[in-house]
Amino acid sequence: MKAMSAIALGALVLSPVAAIAADPPPGATSCSGCHGSNAAADSPIPKLHGRDAGETLAAMVAFRSGERPATVMDRIAKGFSDDETRLIADWLAAQK
Amino acid sequence: MPVTTPHSRRRFLRSSAALAAAAAFPLPALAQKAPRVLVIGGGFGGASVARELRNLDPKIHVTLIESNATFTACPFSNAVIGGLRDLKAQQFGYDKIRAGGVNVVNDTATAVNPASRTVRLGGITLPYDRLVLSPGIDIRWGALPGYEQAAAAKMPHAWRAGDQTTLLRNQLVAMEDGGVVVMSVPANPFRCPPGPYERASLIAHYLKTSKPKSKLIVLDAKDQFSKQRLFQSAWKELYPDHLEWVSLSAGGKVTSVDPATNTLSTDFGKHAAQVANVIPPQKAGRIAELAGVANQTGWCPIDPVTFESALVPGIHVVGDATIAGAMPKSAFSANAQAKVCAAAVAKLLTGAKPQEPRLINTCYSLVAPGYGISVAGVYAPAKDMLAEVKGSGGVSRLDAPADVRAAEAVYAEAWYRTITTEVFG
Repeated sequence: MKAMSAIALGALVLSPVAAIAADPPPGATSCSGCHGSNAAADSPIPKLHGRDAGETLAAMVAFRSGERPATVMDRIAKGFSDDETRLIADWLAAQK
Repeated sequence: MPVTTPHSRRRFLRSSAALAAAAAFPLPALAQKAPRVLVIGGGFGGASVARELRNLDPKIHVTLIESNATFTACPFSNAVIGGLRDLKAQQFGYDKIRAGGVNVVNDTATAVNPASRTVRLGGITLPYDRLVLSPGIDIRWGALPGYEQAAAAKMPHAWRAGDQTTLLRNQLVAMEDGGVVVMSVPANPFRCPPGPYERASLIAHYLKTSKPKSKLIVLDAKDQFSKQRLFQSAWKELYPDHLEWVSLSAGGKVTSVDPATNTLSTDFGKHAAQVANVIPPQKAGRIAELAGVANQTGWCPIDPVTFESALVPGIHVVGDATIAGAMPKSAFSANAQAKVCAAAVAKLLTGAKPQEPRLINTCYSLVAPGYGISVAGVYAPAKDMLAEVKGSGGVSRLDAPADVRAAEAVYAEAWYRTITTEVFG
């Protein structure tokens, strides 16, 4: 197993850094099923691509705790920890 | 997890250790030649895979094979049947997908050879490095005695949207007031678990508003169904005189149909229908069976990280055709799976390791215009399946006020616009 890890690490080092940074964290690509990457400003479902990461994270945390009323986002927010949510929020913020 | 690369290298690359090694020492064959991915099936799953692969790496040659020049979407097709929507709002072309660099071939794949990694298509043979199947469903003709292919012209299933949707709509319009509509619902699994009950709701809405002396009887091969308490509570409120649901234990299982007399039989009696909608037993689309990726259930077992077939290396399956554990057969699931599958395929083509995914599903149903309900879930790989993340998911609140139902109906429409734009727009 040790040898395998070393090889895997080698793979990481050899891969282009940009490609690694661009990899969406687990769950992130599902969001655009509802939150369109080109959603209009007046869309009933807000666009998350390019949105401030702190805003997205705060909304998810409030949905999860029930502090912010929701129809469906409370049920989805409960599927992600704070750390997992932060990674998704950061990635979405970096998208155009 | 099955891990493979082109034929000549396959023996060398059996294990994930070898896979990691492949990343460290790129394969000359792969480094020199653009990888070729074939995608069969241009619905929510396949079209999403094709597009996403091009977005991830424009060097990948992506060919999308689809029999129909126009795609007709199932989500919201129940609103067409209920007279609330035009079928044109369900239809999409492939021009934008073509413009994005995907080679769209309007033809039907007739054979897959996993050993030579080729697909037979009309008179030609196309090679692939990775093949993705998103074949949707096929009807199990004859599995419900009497329901052969010819019966669908008389007793439409309307479970693949298009002409069947129009046929069922036209039959409802032609029916005289006072007629009885009978719907047959199969046992699990089938495409769109809440679909029959949304359809029942919107047919009942049509009868209530246009043919008030008529009634819908739903004969079900199950006792439990998706969003059950929400549907039943809405039916009691909205359609007490127009919709009767007969459960399995109440004798609802249809055991045979007779298209000549438009009759559906259960163990307890016969139901003569003016309009009969038979939602029949289903299986993965035909190419899945031809490729050998469907098991004895008729559906396709997959690796939950890569969506690679558990039966045939080098072939991935997404969407309704898969056995995806807790993830339902829905357009949202197919699109979410497609994006995960595309990311995994892009990694595997370069010899890198795909990451553990997390997937989301959200399914809206309309119970009436302006009255929406939903089910949602978050899923992660667990053993060989996708399992719901503990504490996540569930259905709309049973006691939600009317403004929440109205908001969910608005979100349902917005979801449809978003997903069809992402996939086809």
